[in-house]
Amino acid sequence: MAARAVWLAFRGGLGRRQAFSTKANVQGSGRITVEVIEHLERLALVDFGSREAVARLEKAVAFADRLREVDTDGVEPMESVLEDRCLYLRSDNVAEGNCAEELLQNSHRVMEEYFVAPPGNISLPKLDKQESFLHS
Amino acid sequence: MAAPMLRGVSPVRRWSLAWVDGGSRHRRTSPNGSTSNRIREQSSVAQQPLHTAQKPRKGGHKWAAVVGLEIHAQISSNSKLFSGSQVSFTAPPNSLVSFFDASLPGTLPVLNRRCVEAAVMTGLALNCRINKKSLFDRKHYFYADLPAGYQITQQRLPIAANGSLSYGVFVGNRWSHMATKTVRIKQIQLEQDSGKSLHDDLRSQTLIDLNRAGVGLLEVVMEPDLSCGEEAAAVVKELQLILQALGTSQANMAEGQLRVDANISVHHPGEPLGIRTEVKNLNSIRFLARAIDHEIQRQINELESGGEILNETRSFDPKLGCTVPMRDKEGKQDYRFMPEPNLPPLVLYDTASLPAGADSQQVINIDQIRDALPELPSATRKRLVQQYGMLPEHSFALLNEAGLLQFFQNVMKETRAEPKKVTSWVLNTLLGYLKHHNLAVSESPITPSALAGLLDLLDSKAISSSAAKQVFEELWKGEAKTAAQIVSEKQLELMQDQEALERLCQSMMEGHPQVVTVAGGAGPSHLSS
Repeated sequence: MAARAVWLAFRGGLGRRQAFSTKANVQGSGRITVEVIEHLERLALVDFGSREAVARLEKAVAFADRLREVDTDGVEPMESVLEDRCLYLRSDNVAEGNCAEELLQNSHRVMEEYFVAPPGNISLPKLDKQESFLHS
Repeated sequence: MAAPMLRGVSPVRRWSLAWVDGGSRHRRTSPNGSTSNRIREQSSVAQQPLHTAQKPRKGGHKWAAVVGLEIHAQISSNSKLFSGSQVSFTAPPNSLVSFFDASLPGTLPVLNRRCVEAAVMTGLALNCRINKKSLFDRKHYFYADLPAGYQITQQRLPIAANGSLSYGVFVGNRWSHMATKTVRIKQIQLEQDSGKSLHDDLRSQTLIDLNRAGVGLLEVVMEPDLSCGEEAAAVVKELQLILQALGTSQANMAEGQLRVDANISVHHPGEPLGIRTEVKNLNSIRFLARAIDHEIQRQINELESGGEILNETRSFDPKLGCTVPMRDKEGKQDYRFMPEPNLPPLVLYDTASLPAGADSQQVINIDQIRDALPELPSATRKRLVQQYGMLPEHSFALLNEAGLLQFFQNVMKETRAEPKKVTSWVLNTLLGYLKHHNLAVSESPITPSALAGLLDLLDSKAISSSAAKQVFEELWKGEAKTAAQIVSEKQLELMQDQEALERLCQSMMEGHPQVVTVAGGAGPSHLSS
C-alpha cells in the first residue's frame, strides 16, 4: 500500500489531524460520521443541508480513492502542478491602491471609510440545539 | 501532594475601543498547526537558571521555566508581499488596498522581490540554512480582518531554517558583567499580515481597515531555549538591532512593526515539560519581560497550590500588570493547511547554480546577498571593543540607544580626548541627561561638536572636571555657544599662572588664620576648602 503511505505522509506533513476518508475506509461502508460533517460545516461554512448532500460527498471521496490504484512506488510526489513554472518576482513599486470608494461599495455596511463587521465571530449553533437531519 | 483542584479561571471580557490585531486571536497553535496540550517531549533540557516559588511547600523543589518566542516583523518595503499597494503606517482607512488585498474574485498573488531579499538577508544574519526551494501554503480561519478567509504563509517548507541568535545578558549584580548566550532559530517564513480591527462597543460592531492586509511579514520562530523575561527581552532587543541594521524591518514595537508572542511553561528540572500558555499583546520590550516573568510566577503559584495550567491564550494587561485569559470561543483551531495553488515553488540560486543568461530581475543570488550584508551589531560591538578598548557592557549600551553610536563616533572624530573619557561622558553624562529629560539622542540640545569642544578643554587641562560639568549644564541649554565661550564667560578656566596661584593661596591663608591653625598639622587635604 505504498500509495496510501505516500498519501498519508503528505497529509501528515500538512499538519492535518484526521484523514477522514481513511476513517471511512476503515469503516468499510464509506459512511462519513456526524462529527465530521459538523466539523466541516464549522471550518468551511458549507451547509450539508440534506442526506443527499452527504451521500454526494461520500461518492466524491470514493471516486478520489481510486487514485490509490496507481502504483507510485519510488515516485516523488509533486508539490503542485505549477512546480516547473518560474515564480515571477515583481519589483517593489507602488502601483495599486487608492480605490477605497470602489471597495467600500461592495460592503453591506460602511462607516466613515471602514468596513463594518459584527463584533466578533458568530458561533454556529451547537448540533443539539438545532434540528439535525442526520438524526431525524 | 494534595489532590489537584481544577481552578476555574474566570474569563475577562476584553472588548474596548482599541486597536486589536484580530488575526492574532486565532493563532493559538504553533505555525505547523499542531496543538500540544499534552506534555511535550524534548530531547534535551538546556541549562537554565531556576526560579524558586514564593512560598515553597514542605520539601518543595525548584522550578524551571521554558519560554519560546514567535516574532512577527513587518518587512520594510514600498509595496505589499503579493500586491502593488503601498505599505504605510498612517493613511486614510482602506486607501492602501488593492483588489487582491480586498480578496475580490479573479485576483492573484504576485510575489514582491524585495520581500524575498529581506527574508534571505535576515536568514543569513541569523545563521540559517537558506532553502533553495521553499513553498507557499494557505492557512484558513475566519475573521473579519482576513477577507480571503486564509493567510498565505510558508508552513511546509519555509525560506530559512536552523539558525541561531547570540545575545548578551548581565550576570551577577546588575551592569557589572556580560555573558553571551544563544537561542536557536527554528525557521523564518514569509507570510501576509491581516487587516486591523477597531472594536466599537457602543454600536456592538467592529470596524475593519485593510491597509495592513497583505503587508509582508517575517515570522521568526525560536526554539524554547529561554528561561525568563530578561533573556526574552535581550533576545528581542538584539533581533530588533539586527533587523534595523539590515534595513529589513524598522522593528518598532510601538508601531506594531515587531510583534512578539511568548509560549511559557514551567516544570521541575528532570521532569517532562509542563503545559504551556501563549501570551500575546506584548507591545514593548519592558512589558515583554514583565509579562513573561509574571506568567511564570502565576503558573508556579497555580501548580504549587494544586491547580492546573490550561493550554490557553492569555493577554498581557499593562495596567493590571498581569496576564488575563483571552475569551476564545473557537476551541482548538484546525487551519486546514493546503498548498497555495496559485504560486509555484520559490527557487533561489547561488553563484554556482545560477542559470546562464538569466534575467537578473527574476533570479535571486544568495551569495550576492551575503556579500552585500551590512555590519551586524555583534560585529560592531566587537570592533568598538577592539578599536577603543571599551568594556563589552559599554559597547552594548552604545548600540542599544538609537543614534548614540553615531553621536559617539562623531565626537571621537572631532576630539583629541581619549576614548575612555569620551565613552564615559557619552554613556554617563549625556545619556543620563537625555534619560532624565526623556529625550532621544536626535533631540539632544548638545551636538557632538559641542561635546568634543568641551572634552578638548578637559583634555588640555584648561578646566577641571567639576568645571566641565558646569559647562555641560550650560551647553544643555542649547544656546549655540561653544564650550570655550562658556568657559571664558563664566571664568571657569583653571589658573595656570604659578605665581598668581601662590599669591591667591597666601591671601586666603592670611584671611582665615583660624582655619590655618586647625589645619596646621592635618595636611594638604584641608586646603581645598
